[in-house]
Amino acid sequence: MTTISPATMAAVRASKAIPNAEYLLSAEGVRKEFPGVVALDDVSFRLRRGTVHALMGENGAGKSTLMKILAGIYHPDEGTIKLKGVDVRLQSPLDALENGIAMIHQELNLMPFMTVAENIWIRREPKNRFGFVDHSEMRRMTAKLFERLKIKIDPEIEVRHLSVASRQMVEIAKAVSYESDVLIMDEPTSALTETEVGHLFEIIGDLRSHGIGIVYITHKMNELFEIADEFSVFRDGKYIGTHSSTDVTRDDIIKMMVGREITQMFPKEVVPIGDTVLSVKNLTLNDVFYDISFDVRAGEILGVAGLVGSGRSNVAETLFGVTPASSGSIEINGKPIRIDSPNTAIRNRMAFLTEDRKDTGCLLILDILENMQVAVLQDQFVKGGFVKEKQAYAACEEMSRKLRVKTPNLYERIENLSGGNQQKVLIGRWLLTNPRILILDEPTRGIDVGAKAEIHRFVTELARDGVAVIMISSELPEVLGMSDRIMVMHEGRVTGFLDRAEATQIKIMELAAR
Amino acid sequence: MNTNLAAETAGNAVSGSGRRLPQELNIFFILIAIALIFEVLGWIFAGQSFLLNPQRLTIMILQVSVIGIISVGVTQVIITGGIDLSSGSVVGMTAMIAAGFAQSSTWARAIYPSLTDLPAIVPIATGLIIGVLAGLINGALIAYTRIPPFIATLGMMVSARGISKWYTKGQPVSGLTEQFNFIGSSVAPVVVFLVVALIFHIALRYTRYGKFTYAIGANVQAARVSGINVEAHLLKVYAIAGLLAGLAGVVTAARAQTAQSGMGVMYELDAIAAAVIGGTSLSGGVGRITGTVIGTIILGVMTSGFTFLRVDAYYQEVIKGMIIVAAVVVDVYRQKARRKV
Ligand SMILES: Nc1ncnc2c1ncn2[C@@H]1O[C@H](COP(=O)(O)OP(=O)(O)OP(=O)(O)O)[C@@H](O)[C@H]1O
Ligand SMILES: [Mg+2]
Repeated sequence: MTTISPATMAAVRASKAIPNAEYLLSAEGVRKEFPGVVALDDVSFRLRRGTVHALMGENGAGKSTLMKILAGIYHPDEGTIKLKGVDVRLQSPLDALENGIAMIHQELNLMPFMTVAENIWIRREPKNRFGFVDHSEMRRMTAKLFERLKIKIDPEIEVRHLSVASRQMVEIAKAVSYESDVLIMDEPTSALTETEVGHLFEIIGDLRSHGIGIVYITHKMNELFEIADEFSVFRDGKYIGTHSSTDVTRDDIIKMMVGREITQMFPKEVVPIGDTVLSVKNLTLNDVFYDISFDVRAGEILGVAGLVGSGRSNVAETLFGVTPASSGSIEINGKPIRIDSPNTAIRNRMAFLTEDRKDTGCLLILDILENMQVAVLQDQFVKGGFVKEKQAYAACEEMSRKLRVKTPNLYERIENLSGGNQQKVLIGRWLLTNPRILILDEPTRGIDVGAKAEIHRFVTELARDGVAVIMISSELPEVLGMSDRIMVMHEGRVTGFLDRAEATQIKIMELAAR
Repeated sequence: MNTNLAAETAGNAVSGSGRRLPQELNIFFILIAIALIFEVLGWIFAGQSFLLNPQRLTIMILQVSVIGIISVGVTQVIITGGIDLSSGSVVGMTAMIAAGFAQSSTWARAIYPSLTDLPAIVPIATGLIIGVLAGLINGALIAYTRIPPFIATLGMMVSARGISKWYTKGQPVSGLTEQFNFIGSSVAPVVVFLVVALIFHIALRYTRYGKFTYAIGANVQAARVSGINVEAHLLKVYAIAGLLAGLAGVVTAARAQTAQSGMGVMYELDAIAAAVIGGTSLSGGVGRITGTVIGTIILGVMTSGFTFLRVDAYYQEVIKGMIIVAAVVVDVYRQKARRKV
């Protein structure tokens, strides 16, 4: 798979002769079918030198698929791809890289047991004169790269110790290190907080000024206005249009994306707040977070904000028994409970949507049905050990319809779904269990605008039914829009609580960065 | 509009059209192909039919029944992402220990002269319990100390073989009661195999136990976060594998009407081979009992076919080795193909 087609190499050389082709990279009439789905139908796309080109569209619109074609991962069924004006057939990701096209994937792809530096230079390791990997040179190269990108991560640390956001930054550094002409970023900010997003935008601005073309996929509208020069919209595998990002409004884009208008972004309802359901006192996990105390009441949505590394996700994991606490106590409905495993947590009617859907969420090789029903089978739809297939299927089917999971049927493997649709399946997994305490870690990660409002509506409904909700989110508008109260964390400690009425982005940032 | 798409097509899926064709179909065709090749070679080299010989087919399936019984357990272990190297040794160990309680009073050199002529249920239960214990030890080591399955079961493989040799200082255990021998007589082993296969086919397919087994193999972290008690479940799976190895040990002793410490040597590899040939993936999360049954029969057909063609036993092993490697290569290739479209 690693061979480079002669035609492509020739094309690259030829490209030097045409330095000023109008488009760096273009695709015309691209079609791609998967069994049962037309992912792309007669799609066009043109990327100019030194610009940031955003791709917008609902979950499953075909954005990732198109980018995977441009990065040599999939081969189109029909259509042509031109690199600097020359026809190319990209054979493999390596082929694409050699031709100056690098891609940051929607899901993280780093090797957990290798160091940051090893991950970045994988297959390009500097060698010493004996042909062995030259570790000190590799360290130097990484340090230089990180200095240029102003990234502060220890190059020698094993990736498994990093937070999702730090891993994302490593992926970004890795992609930049290829010094490519085209850099494709598939939802790079879905796991980043505002600070890193700002940092990433500086990097992007710098790359753009060096003439690099950047394709930027996102579901976040504000990012589009902030960073993109132009944008293209896709809907259901079809190309809708390309516009400059200065002459449209947010509503125009949404209309192009979903073909209808979305009335209300954060459908927050004020519901009566009941008794305390979950009470956490002095919860500590040594070296990670300390002395966390808070209450959540029935019907209340507690937002949790904080920078990367503030320990937000760790607190959630400990509450759910994934990594049991070193000290402190948890009470549910007034009763002290030791939660030593997720199994115990579920038996206490808790649910936990994790942040990293690939590592701790999806059963990738299994189908949607199995993925959705796995948690609820703990205490429902089972009789004498046998699964009541019909009922379980009906429940999953209804849930996938409610959440608008885009798939031909429930027997599709979850790995074949688009990122946003995978997320919806995982949300469905937990909603099926009818929790009383719902912990959501980045619930709308990778979810399109329409579906986002939908999911927020779900959460609101649950709150109305008396569910206590803890919602961790890096998107401040989401936290502000949905929470009754906001808990802000900084370096493993709670720095303050804000009521809905008083909370603003600035106040949160002050508490988060203290 | 997406909503409708999902709803419509999901409706079809209930009636079965959405489910992809079972992979076992391919393996079944391979079985047919192999059988036909032997048929043709039979007419060419031996001047007779390979398949149209009921006696040969019966012997063939009898020979692999014991492997089949173990393989049903091993398949489940592999689906969780583990491996069981101890099953062959556990067969030897349980055969010896069970036979010790199955001796007839007419036999002069009984191990326990005061415990002869016991009802068959005693040795059978003993064999099964010893098997379960071995499996529980495997499972506990793997689930609670996090030793890799390869190492834990390798330890059991060596120890169990040691126990079966030490038990009678290498002497065979003979003079077994008629009643005990019955479960190894005639086609009884085949019946045991098929019943075991059916039970666990249903268990994997339709029970929560089965769903959780696949979930653990697919992504152990996600399975744990989804509330599965992974440790307890692995304990169950390895205990079942031990139970089936114990059952295989009992059947082996009964069939041979004697037990020897060398019984079951290398069976673990045949059992793993049967599972892998049948489509079980060594990376976990994928596999079905129907495939394993076909894989077992493929092994049987090959042994029987080579013997029928009078192929040297040494060559037989070489060829079997190559086929096992080929099956794994196919598995790896399948995994890759999944990622690329
Ligand atoms: N390998 C595959 N096999 C089958 N179907 C696939 C495969 N990859 C993508 N699809 C389907 O193609 C369609 C487009 O998927 P794609 O991942 O490109 O969407 P997307 O626009 O990136 O969505 P998201 O915003 O959720 O990431 C989806 O319906 C998806 O289910
Ligand atoms: Mg995508």
